[in-house]
Amino acid sequence: MTKKIVRVNDATIRFAGDSGDGMQLTGTRFTEATAIVGNDLKTIPNYPSEIRAPTGTLAGVSAFQLMFGSQRVFTPGDQPDTLVAMNPAALKVHLVDLKSGGSILANSNAFTDKNLRMAGWESNPLEDGTLESYTVYAVEMSKLVGLALADSELTSKGIERTKNMFALGVLFWMYNRPVEPTEEWLRKKFATNPAIAESNIIAMKTGFNYGETTEIFTTSYAVEKAELPKGRYRNITGNVAVAYGLITAAKKAGKELFLGSYPITPASEILHTLSALRNHGVKTFQAEDEIAGIASAIGASYAGDLACTTTSGPGMALKTEAIGLAIITELPLVIVNVQRGGPSTGMPTKMEQSDLFQAILGRNSDAPIPVIAAQDPADCFDAAFEAARIALKYMTPVILLTDGYLGQGSGPWKIPDPKDIPEIVVNHPKKKTDDEAAFMPYSRDENETRPWALPGTPGLEHRIGGLEKENITGMVSQDPANHQLMTDIRARKVANIAHEIPPLEIFGDKQGKLLVIGWGSTHGSIHVAVERARAKGRSVSQIHLRWVNPLPSDLKEICDNFDEILVPEVNSGQLSFFMKAELIRPVHQLNKVRGEPFRSSEIEDKINEILG
Amino acid sequence: MSETIKVEELTLTRKDFVPGNEVRWCPGCGDYSVLANMQKTLPGLGVAKENYTFVSGIGCSSRFPYYMDTYGFHSIHGRAPAIASGVKLANPDLAVWVITGDGDGFSIGGNHMIHVLRRNIDLNIMLFNNRVYGLTKGQYSPTSLLGMKTKSSPFGSIDRPFNPSAIALGANATFISRAIDVDAKGLQESIKRAQAHKGASFIEVYQNCVIFNDGEFGDIENKATRPDNALFVVHGEPMIFGKDRDKGIIMENHHPVVVTLGDKYSEKDLVVHDETNPFITNLLLEMTFDTTNPTPFGILRAVEEPTYDGMLLDQIAEVTKIKGAGTLEDLYASGDVWEVK
Repeated sequence: MTKKIVRVNDATIRFAGDSGDGMQLTGTRFTEATAIVGNDLKTIPNYPSEIRAPTGTLAGVSAFQLMFGSQRVFTPGDQPDTLVAMNPAALKVHLVDLKSGGSILANSNAFTDKNLRMAGWESNPLEDGTLESYTVYAVEMSKLVGLALADSELTSKGIERTKNMFALGVLFWMYNRPVEPTEEWLRKKFATNPAIAESNIIAMKTGFNYGETTEIFTTSYAVEKAELPKGRYRNITGNVAVAYGLITAAKKAGKELFLGSYPITPASEILHTLSALRNHGVKTFQAEDEIAGIASAIGASYAGDLACTTTSGPGMALKTEAIGLAIITELPLVIVNVQRGGPSTGMPTKMEQSDLFQAILGRNSDAPIPVIAAQDPADCFDAAFEAARIALKYMTPVILLTDGYLGQGSGPWKIPDPKDIPEIVVNHPKKKTDDEAAFMPYSRDENETRPWALPGTPGLEHRIGGLEKENITGMVSQDPANHQLMTDIRARKVANIAHEIPPLEIFGDKQGKLLVIGWGSTHGSIHVAVERARAKGRSVSQIHLRWVNPLPSDLKEICDNFDEILVPEVNSGQLSFFMKAELIRPVHQLNKVRGEPFRSSEIEDKINEILG
Repeated sequence: MSETIKVEELTLTRKDFVPGNEVRWCPGCGDYSVLANMQKTLPGLGVAKENYTFVSGIGCSSRFPYYMDTYGFHSIHGRAPAIASGVKLANPDLAVWVITGDGDGFSIGGNHMIHVLRRNIDLNIMLFNNRVYGLTKGQYSPTSLLGMKTKSSPFGSIDRPFNPSAIALGANATFISRAIDVDAKGLQESIKRAQAHKGASFIEVYQNCVIFNDGEFGDIENKATRPDNALFVVHGEPMIFGKDRDKGIIMENHHPVVVTLGDKYSEKDLVVHDETNPFITNLLLEMTFDTTNPTPFGILRAVEEPTYDGMLLDQIAEVTKIKGAGTLEDLYASGDVWEVK
């Protein structure tokens, strides 16, 4: 039988199974193979906050989605074309998102009476016609890997666990991806246990061959290489990109990198990544709590390291007082908040953009701080580097906002040549002569930043602290005029960073009916929505904010050229609040807090609604 | 980090550590004596002046860095141990001191205190224990004794107190000493030994608050009554005290008991202090609230253990030796790399 190969521009696949089924790993392997083929892509994991929720339950379903294409891919896709469902619960949770007419690859061995009952199916959906509007491939994966590995030394439980590799093999066939990179990866990963490596390779190849030879699969899909700018690429998650951005900034500034951090979902991978880089001189300090995480970083900053702390919303709440200390002592510090659903513990593994108010406003007193937001996983590298550069240049803490979607999602990263990355100039004063006047720890340069004199420098002994200080001398001061002056300087210093912000890039026309303003991880969804609407002749453009505090100085001027403004956010309207205040005009809002990013279609619908 | 450790210039004197601003503790406060002894002792310890860094939290005692002409960081309530940890890890050449009080160190900052001691980061922590909140004007603290009447405990405190040095031992601290604010000799000994100790050093200073808790340590503060109420322990020597050096500690039924030296007991019957033996340290700490025994002072514990900062530097050196010094090129290419031509 000859099988048909259909060319498509892009495809969206979701792998879903029990949290013990290895869906994150399966998705990651598919991603690597897809990246190597040369497609552009974006990924997003979706997993429960429990490590092992009860097997077979809806709560225990873990999923990984990616979109890949022959053109630029801006999001991990709205609705999957293909859903891999390793058990009835996975099908129950994710069927609702599947594109009508999409494909389902299911492990029919897992559709037992018990599992069906636990997932809330009254009868077997693979057999009762529930799925008739989809193409269903019900495959006895457990049985097939059992047969293929009959001679393996693995236990029957061990053999059963290779079924995810079988599913991966089928998908590799279905989307014409190479198996070799995964083969190599398995051999490396299980170097000390070749039996496991070989069994998984056999399971994967069995799946691939099953697609190739059996008659139930009639069609496979080809997605051509994307036209990406020339260069070397790798796939990178936002959390790893943040870690790389910080270490790059440290090296470019001639500094050692210090991370004081406490593990928290979904930020922990930054701590993990940097902890493994001792040979880069990175000092990671897993503190006893969130407060000690930032406090140790402030201490390290005082003593001359490029210091940072990483966390998520609840951790930011605990760090609040210490952020104020970094502001009043005017010490450089990078604070990374990988946002998640809240308030309180909220939804630790789900994304949200709702810590913007907290970042900009969430401290006692007037406590201005620059806030920068990354827009996609690879951009986390640039945003982290920029956060560190500004912190060092202006002697200020800087908050970098990413979120779980960026931190754990991934996309291709064009590997920069380190030589092309600019140096960061840092000066530490030294005492010149013995008869020089006393050192002034709060003297000011042209940016109104104070000198960073390091303990250990002879002759520059001085005291800093949380009490208000007299400008220039740094003596403790309760003088009313001085407090006014210092408050003004702190505000001015942050406001002046607007001079560093390059002109906003407008996607679309410079004037028109509607301007969509976003920040952070919504960039991709907004971009696709605006692109689609423009293709249909709509007068709509997009700008995306990298700095949310201070705001870019050309923001108002750009907005003046549009009749309407739309601000989509994965929160209840926080940037909208600032836009209304800044622009002094009404804006349309599109808000969603469901623990998941926007679908482009949701934004496109809103654009259509506004434009009538 | 500089490669060489600077040796202190020989000319340093007390004056070099006095910044010249006005000290603003209440007249008669025990803090004055501690400050003076610190300024007197530091010049002789072989550390360059610019390498001393004092970090404090919030409270009366935490104003200390402002009164030392060294690098200083007056931070936020309870967090000084964490901030000082970062200072030391960023620059291990520094001689880092933490100044804290019973509220700062054991109420709001208790968590940081136990962890910094457990990790054995090479810091010197001096805790001023006056058993009251001074800066907030007189509430009971976590070391105030039961029944103490304060603004927030008008009918007497029902909060059982901590014994700070016992917590330090529980946290596996490698150096614990106790001193009295007005006892120059004991203070200077503690400061010297703490600075010399590699690892986290914990000094508990009994400090009199003249305003809110005056006379809390009356018998110990008073030079005349002190010898009969305080036991100054010395490593390797029997536990003897008393104005006439005629009293000592023996063990009876696993409890410390005071005896008079003479016909029945001689020095060789007494418990000999061993600063490396946690059972001896524990014995001394159990005497703290025991009115039948004197209150112990001196170096209660001193053992050598690996320090966190030392192990961190060793690990960086070791991993660098095995993997080679990391470059950005290698780091960026550590995943699966492909080329778009």
